[in-house]
Amino acid sequence: MSRIRDLQKNLFGGTTSNARQFGMIFTLVAIIVYFQIATNGLTLTSGNLIALTQQYAYISILSIGMLMVIVAGHIDLSVGSVAAFVGIVVAKAIQEYDVPWPAGIVLGLAVGALIGAWQGFWVAYIGVPAFIVTLAGMLLFRGGNQYIGNADTVPVPEGFRTIGAGYLPEVGPATGYNNLTLLLGLLLCAAVIWREWRSRQVRLQMEGAEPAPLWISVLRLVIMLGVIVFATLRFAGGRVGTSFPVSGIILAVLVIAYSFYTRNTAGGRHIYAVGGNARAAELSGVQLRRVNFLVMTNMGVLAALAGMIFVARSAASGPQDGLSWELDAIAAVFIGGAAVSGGLGTVSGSIVGGLVMAVLNNGLQLIGTGSDKVQIIKGLFLLGAVALDVYNKQQGRFSIVASLTRPFRREDPPAPAAPPAPSPTGSLSRK
Amino acid sequence: MGNALLEMRSISKEFPGVKALSDVSLVVNSGEIHAICGENGAGKSTLMKVLSGVHPYGSYSGEIVYQGLPCRFGDIRASEHAGIVIIHQELALIPGMSITENIFLGNEPRRWGRIDWKAANHQALELMRLVGLNEDPDTLVKDIGVGKQQLVEIAKAFAKDVKLLILDEPTAALNENDSRHLLDLLRGFKQRGITSIMISHKLNEVEAIADAITILRDGRTIETIRVAGGDVDEDRIVRGMVGRDLQSRFPEHEPKIGEVFFEVRDWTVRHPISAERLVCKNSSFTVRRGEIVGFAGLMGAGRTELAMSVFGRSYGVHLGGKIFKDGREVEIRSVAEAIRNGLAYVSEDRKAIGLNLLDDVKTSVVAAKLSKITRHGVLDEAAQYHEAEGYRQSLRIKTPTVDEPVTRLSGGNQQKVVLAKWMFTDPDLLILDEPTRGIDVGAKYEIYGIIQRLADEGKGVVLISSELPELIGLCDRIYTVAEGTITGEVARRDADPELLMKRMTSTRSNA
Repeated sequence: MSRIRDLQKNLFGGTTSNARQFGMIFTLVAIIVYFQIATNGLTLTSGNLIALTQQYAYISILSIGMLMVIVAGHIDLSVGSVAAFVGIVVAKAIQEYDVPWPAGIVLGLAVGALIGAWQGFWVAYIGVPAFIVTLAGMLLFRGGNQYIGNADTVPVPEGFRTIGAGYLPEVGPATGYNNLTLLLGLLLCAAVIWREWRSRQVRLQMEGAEPAPLWISVLRLVIMLGVIVFATLRFAGGRVGTSFPVSGIILAVLVIAYSFYTRNTAGGRHIYAVGGNARAAELSGVQLRRVNFLVMTNMGVLAALAGMIFVARSAASGPQDGLSWELDAIAAVFIGGAAVSGGLGTVSGSIVGGLVMAVLNNGLQLIGTGSDKVQIIKGLFLLGAVALDVYNKQQGRFSIVASLTRPFRREDPPAPAAPPAPSPTGSLSRK
Repeated sequence: MGNALLEMRSISKEFPGVKALSDVSLVVNSGEIHAICGENGAGKSTLMKVLSGVHPYGSYSGEIVYQGLPCRFGDIRASEHAGIVIIHQELALIPGMSITENIFLGNEPRRWGRIDWKAANHQALELMRLVGLNEDPDTLVKDIGVGKQQLVEIAKAFAKDVKLLILDEPTAALNENDSRHLLDLLRGFKQRGITSIMISHKLNEVEAIADAITILRDGRTIETIRVAGGDVDEDRIVRGMVGRDLQSRFPEHEPKIGEVFFEVRDWTVRHPISAERLVCKNSSFTVRRGEIVGFAGLMGAGRTELAMSVFGRSYGVHLGGKIFKDGREVEIRSVAEAIRNGLAYVSEDRKAIGLNLLDDVKTSVVAAKLSKITRHGVLDEAAQYHEAEGYRQSLRIKTPTVDEPVTRLSGGNQQKVVLAKWMFTDPDLLILDEPTRGIDVGAKYEIYGIIQRLADEGKGVVLISSELPELIGLCDRIYTVAEGTITGEVARRDADPELLMKRMTSTRSNA
């Protein structure tokens, strides 16, 4: 087996669905490098990275929930409206009913869960397609937001704003960096190393399975640690008072928790089973309705959280909050390699997909592209990314990965039987 | 005879990593019925896809000569234009359209740019008469049976002025009556000078109808037998297909039968939608430990419906009846409860409802009982791998590793994965619904062996099958089912096809 193929197979996990992310990560790196050059180094400054994180944390939180909804074979168009609705409810509660802000957050999550359960009920137990239920929800909760808020903005207090605009505090000795961010980076490095070691151990226990070659593990570690160290220093080394944002931490915790849930628990696997083949899942003892209900409910909770983070960041809840968020979240999930028909996709893929869109958006703005053109470019990019993926699958290859590495794949062709010489067939093929 | 209508010369076709066809040659004479036999994965379907332009010219090497001229079909329209029509195993009909609409789909008779429905209906009637289909042409395709749907497909082929008709497993989904009708139809076509190519696993049909038989194995032509010579028998075909002699189609087996441990009494179920249709009427049966119990019945007799409704009420609406296990009554209201009570149901349609085709082998194997590989709520990947690997070896599932997606496996090996999936749940009673449908002779033999092994472990096995020889060869006891009722019970020593067929078609006599 060639080294390139080893690399492609193992660098980001062995399975095909993980391998799909390879192409997206490649694209992400390419876009970052391009904008880094085009903006004369503005893209990777501390200030920009921090702003980027704050700006897209709530979209990424939505895309986690959306990923699960899409994997289960549904779609949720209402997330933006739900976020806005929860935002106004929480803002009003804190502002007018003197609810302390931590209780306000709990209230928001509860309202989100309730809305999710409402939509989940129609989807799972009545059987109305999620597209319709959430289209209705989109109108319902947008209207609800404006009804409750009188189509006005409602400010939120300082404490509440932490979750959207807060940073890690400055503690400890003056190192010139934010110490807590450094600590976080260090912990992350340790976790990555431990995980790599652990997965090798597990793989080694499986007799007959070839573990990834050692050099790949080392290479992967070096790359990941490099990225973490770089990012840590950037986030820790910004303007004094800024650091890795609180919303980024919330996102990171959710990504880790949901990645684990979807990959390593029975509940997570049931979601994939339902999306892959609902009837087969049902006949394997999966409780179809419950899975669908929980997936929709969970989406409501995450939409609520995203809405509150946004309100916290912009210091007030308004009637235009969350407009077209659903589209950004859905785009992130599909760019991240999920299948439209369900059953395929990963949380980390969606995050990468969201990052690609975020960096694209941010970079285009930095070089002064108008919002009209930004939309055009984003639209074409989404279409192109998914089309390439679909095309590759039709060719019987697996996704973007294959197309990017196709030039290298010719090492060991299964010796073609010499075509009968005079036949015009092979030689005159289209080219 | 002797004038070749079609010659395919040294066709080779490669998929990434796999050589599907190497140097295959096929000569089909004008006006004959030419059967193509081979195990699954032997390259039969690929060869037909090359012929019909699904794999366009340029994507394969070799030469196709049709009616004396070299052909280079770029797509399926080009081959249809030349009069080559392929009818796939999965019928390409639109359920919500009428028979007429289906027959002329993509080929609508037009006048001034509008579809001329009068002419269409008229022609449709003509074509339907040709294929012996007695229905109103306005009937929706979803409202007629599979057998008749097959006829609609053939009528559709005739609407395209077919000269060479290719049928891929035409009788796989048909009951005996419909199969016979279809074979008669093919003979009739032959008299009209239409050439047919038939891919089939049913060797008795091949033997009965074919003028020539080409055997493929591992993407190569093994031989073409001209039946005119006389000495064709199933053994010779089987030998060619599997490359070895099969002494017996069923493994030797000495049953070790214990006491009755599973019983269903007066089971009555109605159709999920139409309230007055009963699909199971007062059905009662028993299963002993170590026993293989057969369910014989024609398509639509209600065998699958009975099995699925017993398996956690996964079909229809339960009206009455009780289940006893080990002498005690058990309530089984959901699939999860069925699995917990040691029931397993291997469905007849592994692709539609048996497997998640996005999964790989290892995740498929453990899918029905994740709790077995879960520790503190976390899936144990190593345990999953070990379990799957164990089944790969013990059932001899042909796959390089258990990380392989199930779609890359052949039908027989997919079926083994499904069996493994249900064996993994540690069932006491396995209900196997058509476990050998659409899989080749060699794999069938292995699956028979697995079924017997399961019985010998003291499990009960219920085997639903449309192939009577299979039931007779394997089962210790056979129930016959007709119109939702169990019409008879036949012990192994009394079982012969005629008796079973009589009970399967007798409706009210014994009920």
